[in-house]
Amino acid sequence: MQLFDFNGGVTPDYHKEASTQSPIAVSPAPTFLVIPLHQSIGGTPRPLVSAGDRVLKGQRIGAADGDMSSAIHASTSGHVVAVEMRRMPHPSGLSALCVVIKADGRDEWIARQSFDYRSHTAAETRDYLRDAGVVGLGGAVFPTHLKMSPGKGDKLDTLIINGAECEPFITCDDLLMRERAEAIIQGVVILRDLLAAGRVLVGIEDNKPQAVAAMTAAVQAGGHQDMAVVAVPTRYPAGGAKQLIRVLTGIEVPHGKRSTDYGVQCFNVGTAHAIHEAINLGQPLISRIVTVAGNVAAPRNYEVLLGTSMEALLTQSQPLPDTDRLIMGGPMMGVSLPSKDVPVVKATNCILAGSKKLFPPPPPEMPCIRCGECATACPADLQPFELYWFSRAKIFGKAQEYHLFDCIECGCCSYVCPSHIPLVDYYRFAKSEIWANESEKAAADQAREQYEFRQLREAREAQEKAARLAARTAAGRAAATNALAVASDATSDATPAAAPVAKSATTPATEPAQTPSPQAALIAAALERARAQQVQPANTTNLTPEQQAEIAAIEARRAQIRAQAHPHLPPDD
Amino acid sequence: MLAALLVMALGAVVLGAVLGFAAVKFRVEGDPLTEKIDAILPQTQCGQCGFPGCKPYAAAMAKGEADINQCPPGGDEGIRKLADLLGREYKPLSAEHGVEKPKALAVIDEQRCIGCTLCIQACPVDAIVGAAKQMHTVIAVQCTGCELCVPVCPVDCIDMVPVAENITTWKWKYPVVAIKPVTTH
Ligand code: SF4
Ligand code: SF4
Ligand code: SF4
Ligand code: SF4
Repeated sequence: MQLFDFNGGVTPDYHKEASTQSPIAVSPAPTFLVIPLHQSIGGTPRPLVSAGDRVLKGQRIGAADGDMSSAIHASTSGHVVAVEMRRMPHPSGLSALCVVIKADGRDEWIARQSFDYRSHTAAETRDYLRDAGVVGLGGAVFPTHLKMSPGKGDKLDTLIINGAECEPFITCDDLLMRERAEAIIQGVVILRDLLAAGRVLVGIEDNKPQAVAAMTAAVQAGGHQDMAVVAVPTRYPAGGAKQLIRVLTGIEVPHGKRSTDYGVQCFNVGTAHAIHEAINLGQPLISRIVTVAGNVAAPRNYEVLLGTSMEALLTQSQPLPDTDRLIMGGPMMGVSLPSKDVPVVKATNCILAGSKKLFPPPPPEMPCIRCGECATACPADLQPFELYWFSRAKIFGKAQEYHLFDCIECGCCSYVCPSHIPLVDYYRFAKSEIWANESEKAAADQAREQYEFRQLREAREAQEKAARLAARTAAGRAAATNALAVASDATSDATPAAAPVAKSATTPATEPAQTPSPQAALIAAALERARAQQVQPANTTNLTPEQQAEIAAIEARRAQIRAQAHPHLPPDD
Repeated sequence: MLAALLVMALGAVVLGAVLGFAAVKFRVEGDPLTEKIDAILPQTQCGQCGFPGCKPYAAAMAKGEADINQCPPGGDEGIRKLADLLGREYKPLSAEHGVEKPKALAVIDEQRCIGCTLCIQACPVDAIVGAAKQMHTVIAVQCTGCELCVPVCPVDCIDMVPVAENITTWKWKYPVVAIKPVTTH
C-alpha cells in the first residue's frame, strides 16, 4: 500500500520500552473515588445523585447537558458521600463539581445489556453512546456520538483507526492493541457499520511491531476483507489526526475544512475499544488504560477506574525520591499538574513523573533569530515564528490570520527552536485570550440586544398606554361634540378623527378652558368623568369629631401644597 | 458567441437586481460611527458614563460631545480602543465617573426578597425574573453587573458577587521570560 508523507515533524527519544515490559495491571479499586462531572469537551453533565444515594458500578450519575456533552457513570458500587467542588487534573489547579463515592468493595454492576445497533436508528445509537459516556480516548475527549454522522452524502470512504501513539513515554494504546486486539476490532466493526465506511485503515507506528502483529491477526481472524492494518513510519506527530489521514490516504485537509468533507473520519483505538464495551457488553465508560512512566522505578500500564486518585496510581509504580513534578500526557503535549491529589479522568492517557535530571530546565529564552527551523518542523504547515511574534505582542487578530487555531500544540517548534523559546506556551496564552475575548463579546452582544429590546418594549408600552387613554376619551368626545353641535352651529372640528386625540387625552388640565371650543368641551367632559369616578373612601364614615378635624387639617394642607405645585390647576373638589 | 453574451448580460441584470434589492432590504440603520463605538463599549448599560446606556454615550462620542474616558466597566483597555478608533489622545479613566472593578453579578437573597418588582424595573437588560409579591431571581448569564438594581431594593437584599475564575474561564498566563536559570529547592 502506498503511504504518503506529512511535512515537518521531529524524532525525539521515545522511551517506550520501559513501560511495555509487563502486561496491563489492574489498579485496585480505591476506597474513595472522586468523579468529576465535566470530563469531555462540551457542557457539564447534570448530577443525578446526591449525598447518601447508593450507586452501582456503571450507574449513570451525570446526565449529558444537551447533545454537545457526554454522560458520567459511577466506576464502582458504593455510596455517594458528597457532590462537591474538588481539585481537577487541570493546569490551573482549580476545582469543579465532582461526585465523591465511598466504595463498598462489592463492585456490583448494574444490569448490563448489549445494545443491538442494527435494530435501532442511527439517532438512537448516537444517544446510546452519549448516555454511555463514550468520548475520544486519544486525549482530546471529544464526545464520540458527535462524530458518528457520516459527512457529505451518507457514507464514508475511509474509516481511520488511530493506533499510531507517537508521543514519547505513552504506551497505553500499544498495550491495549497487544492484549485486546479482538475487542478493538469488534468496536471497529460497529464504527464501520454505523458510518457505512467503504474501507478501514488501522494506522500503527512501525516501532510497535507486536501491536501491528496482534491487530493484523485479529483482522484476519475476523475475516474482514475491507480492513487493513498499516505500519506507518515512526515520526512525531504521526498520531495527529490530520497527519495520520495524510500518511494513509494522501488527503490534505485544508484550513477550515473537516476530514469528513473528504470522506474520512478518524477514531482512536481506545475509543473503538470503549465502543465495543458499551454496545456489545453494555458497559459504559468507567475505566481506561493509563501509562505511568518517567521518573518511576516500575513504569507500567494500568487499567484504572475513573476517579482513582493519581497519587494512589503513581505509588504503584514507585516514584523515585527526586520526583518534582507530575505531567498529565506526554513530554511534548502534556500539561503540568499543580497537585498529585487529583483524579484520573477520561483524558488521562499517561501520568509522567518528572525530575530535574529527566527533564532539565530549559536554557534561558533568547530572542528569535528567524532561522525558520520551527516552520520546517511544524506538521501543520504554519509559521510558528510569526504566531509567536503576534502572540507575544498580543496582536491576536494577526495571530488568527496566520491560522493560530490550526496549531495542534504538538510542540515540534519549541523542540527544535535554537533560541529555546517556549513557543507553545505563547500559543496557549494567545488562544485562551482569544476565547475569553470572544465570550466577552458574545455576552456584550447579548446585553446590547436585551437592552435594545427593552427600549423597544418600553416605547411600545408607552404608545399602547396613550392609545388606551385615547380610546377611553373617544366616547366622551362623541358625547361632547354632540352637545356642542346642539349648542352652536360650529361644524369645523366636529369630526372626531380630525382632532388631536392624544394631545387632548394626555394634557387636559394644562390647557385652561377659554373659549367653548370642542376641545374645551372634551376637557370638561373628561374632568367630569374623573370626578364621577372618584368614589368616597370607605373609611371616612362614622368618624369621631377629632378624626374629622384631623382630616380637615390634612385636606387643607393638601390644597395648599397643590396650589403651590400647580398654580394653574383648578382646585380639585 | 451571441449566446454567451446574452448569458453574461442576463447574469449582470439579475445580479444587479439582487444587489439593488439587497441594498434596500438590508440597509444598515443608524450611524456607522456610533455603531463602531458601541461595539467597543462593554454593554454593561450601567449609566456611569452619564448617559442612559452605552448607545447614547456612543452617539455622544460620535458627535464629539463626550470624552472617551467616561466608561468605568470598559476600563483602560476600552479607552485605548476608543482612542485608536477615534484618533484621539489616550487619557486615564475620569475619576468622577467611577473606577474599574472586576466583574460581579447580582445575586438576590431569595429569603429576604419581598417581591416588590422594583429591581425588575431598574434592570436595563431584563436579567431579573419574578412577579409581584413573588420571589425574584437573577438570570446570571444575562446580568451585566451594572449594579442598577442594588440601590432600588427596599429591603437591601441584592448583593454584587464577584465572578470567580473557574475551569472554563481560566486562561493560560503570559509566559514568564526567564532571565537566567534559577535553582529552587
Ligand atoms: S526556531 Fe526559534 S529562533 Fe528559529 S525562527 Fe523559530 S522561533 Fe525563531
Ligand atoms: S505547536 Fe503548533 S506551531 Fe508549533 S509545530 Fe506544532 S502545530 Fe506547528
Ligand atoms: S459607563 Fe456603563 S452605560 Fe456608559 S458606556 Fe460604560 S458600560 Fe455603557
Ligand atoms: S440584575 Fe442588577 S446588576 Fe445585573 S444587569 Fe440587572 S440591574 Fe444590572
